[in-house]
Amino acid sequence: MDFTLVLTQAINGLQLGILLFLLSAGLTLTFGIMDLINLAHASFYMLGAFICAAGTLYFDSFFIGVAIAIVITAVLALAVEKLVIAHLYVRDHLDQLLATFGLILIADTGVHLIWGPAGLAIPLPPVLQGQISFGELVVPVYRLVIIAVGLLMAAGLYWLVNKTRAGMLIRAGASNRQMLSSLGINVQVLFSAVFVIGAVLAGLGGLLIAPITEASIGMGNDIIITAFVVIIIGGIGSIKGAFVAALIIGFIDTFGRAFLDTLFAFFMSVESAETAAPAVSAILVYVLMALILVWRPQGLFPPKLR
Amino acid sequence: MRSQIFHKFGAALLLLTLLIVPFVMSYFGKTFWLDIFTRLIILSIAASSLSLLLSVAGLASFGHAAYIGLGAYAVGIPVYFETYGGNDFLAGYNGWWHLLLAVSVCALFALVTGAISLRTRGVHFIMITMAFSQMIFYLLVSLEEFGGDDGLSVDLRSEFALLDTVVLDIEEPWIFYLLCYVLLLLVLFVISRITHSHFGRVLNAARQNEQRVRALGVNPYGYRLFAFVLAGVIAGLSGVLYANYAYFVSPGMVEWTRSGELMFMIILGGVTSLFGPLIGATCFVLLEYFLSRWTIFWHLPFGLLLLGVVLFGRGGIVGLLTRRRRGELEP
Repeated sequence: MDFTLVLTQAINGLQLGILLFLLSAGLTLTFGIMDLINLAHASFYMLGAFICAAGTLYFDSFFIGVAIAIVITAVLALAVEKLVIAHLYVRDHLDQLLATFGLILIADTGVHLIWGPAGLAIPLPPVLQGQISFGELVVPVYRLVIIAVGLLMAAGLYWLVNKTRAGMLIRAGASNRQMLSSLGINVQVLFSAVFVIGAVLAGLGGLLIAPITEASIGMGNDIIITAFVVIIIGGIGSIKGAFVAALIIGFIDTFGRAFLDTLFAFFMSVESAETAAPAVSAILVYVLMALILVWRPQGLFPPKLR
Repeated sequence: MRSQIFHKFGAALLLLTLLIVPFVMSYFGKTFWLDIFTRLIILSIAASSLSLLLSVAGLASFGHAAYIGLGAYAVGIPVYFETYGGNDFLAGYNGWWHLLLAVSVCALFALVTGAISLRTRGVHFIMITMAFSQMIFYLLVSLEEFGGDDGLSVDLRSEFALLDTVVLDIEEPWIFYLLCYVLLLLVLFVISRITHSHFGRVLNAARQNEQRVRALGVNPYGYRLFAFVLAGVIAGLSGVLYANYAYFVSPGMVEWTRSGELMFMIILGGVTSLFGPLIGATCFVLLEYFLSRWTIFWHLPFGLLLLGVVLFGRGGIVGLLTRRRRGELEP
């Protein structure tokens, strides 16, 4: 097997893992702390991409687009939290699932109304185009940027959760919500803040990937399910778990797509192998989740309870 | 008591309406109503099977669309082989063969995945059932011979031979509609019998208080597994009908949003009632039809409605009609 190809795929896997982490960080926090299943997290992923695209095209600058997207996503997230999500904390998971499914329908149609049915491409500034070569390995600069931003966010989140007072409250909330509020902490404010942070991270993930895949309606609806798999594998409420699980799944998916077809070609036709490989690597991800749920229902890194 | 009489009367009225309206409409030349009502009945069967899990056993399976897909491919694949040659064992237009395939595949899949899923609780159960249905989704996508992503057209409907000579001609739309309708009645009857049997009471009790049921010496696991298999088989039946209805099967039938829609129908209709899923599916299909005719942005009011029903309309439409208070569940 070609070593350069393996390295290239490793970088792709890392990039997918980072993206999954950005999406699942918010999901695992809202799930762990507020006990909320939020399918609409996918919508913030999509909204981040679309707002960034619109901003980039309007101001002719990717960086202004990114800034605008982050601000508007945060404002939208706050509004959604106050109007809808706040009423769902006391409900059971099924209600949450359905209500946020409704939010997805609303967001998808809203984007359709504003930007039309086609996707929006985001042109990259010259600084981020081009490639860097390390010997035989040639890597697009932008892929490295995605990875760097993702790692930066992971480090920042680690610092926020483990080293600051706000983080201490977040961890306390994940362990015992009632105790936290009886100690005089305003849980509502904490919930809003966590929700907005999570939504902004999801939006960031969406706008980072959009220059490669372009922003499209429903772009988050598939990857959100994978993000749920990530947080279940990692342990609900655990940032560390989300990070590790996101990377595992990123690598499984990428390597499966890249190399399973070579493996399958030994016992089926080349065309069938090419169709089967991505599907089987997607199935592998769910098999992993099922195994982990049976073996360790609380996930790899469950937050300490009580 | 009064609400119960009201309930029975309303249900009978609804079933009668479903029987009469499409034929009256066809008589006046609006034959497409028969089409819409056929879809409505098929979805009602699927939603009813899910409500057996959700309302009676309290198991929120979020992967129920997988069984519809399996049932549909149990028609699509044999018809494909019969038409274009290939696997002689599977090939055939025989509807009974399709049913047998669908039932055995769905039962097996439900048995295996149920045995694993039922070891988990709450949100993990929701997620693991969804994971299994995603596996089926990707499996169907990977079947390139059967169209992969694009799906497979079903050229002819299944042939149901009643006696040696008499064949049920379900290519005729109204015969097909009656078949679906009779099957719906059968499914509703079976579910109602089960709900009020010893088996159903154990499920219901385990939903309300599992510890107490265990303390009485009953392990609910086997009961739940059987309910899971039964619901899967019934959903597979609706899949067989759906493939015949649409002349088409595709992995799109198994997308997780489809499972979400089935849930929505049940919640819309009301979880506490046998006829809730039927009412929910009726409203769902009719709303979808009218809203999508009115605007291409029909998902927007649809989403708002879903949000509204979940946030404010506890008990769904049945709850509104009978003014049943929250928490007051049928035995």
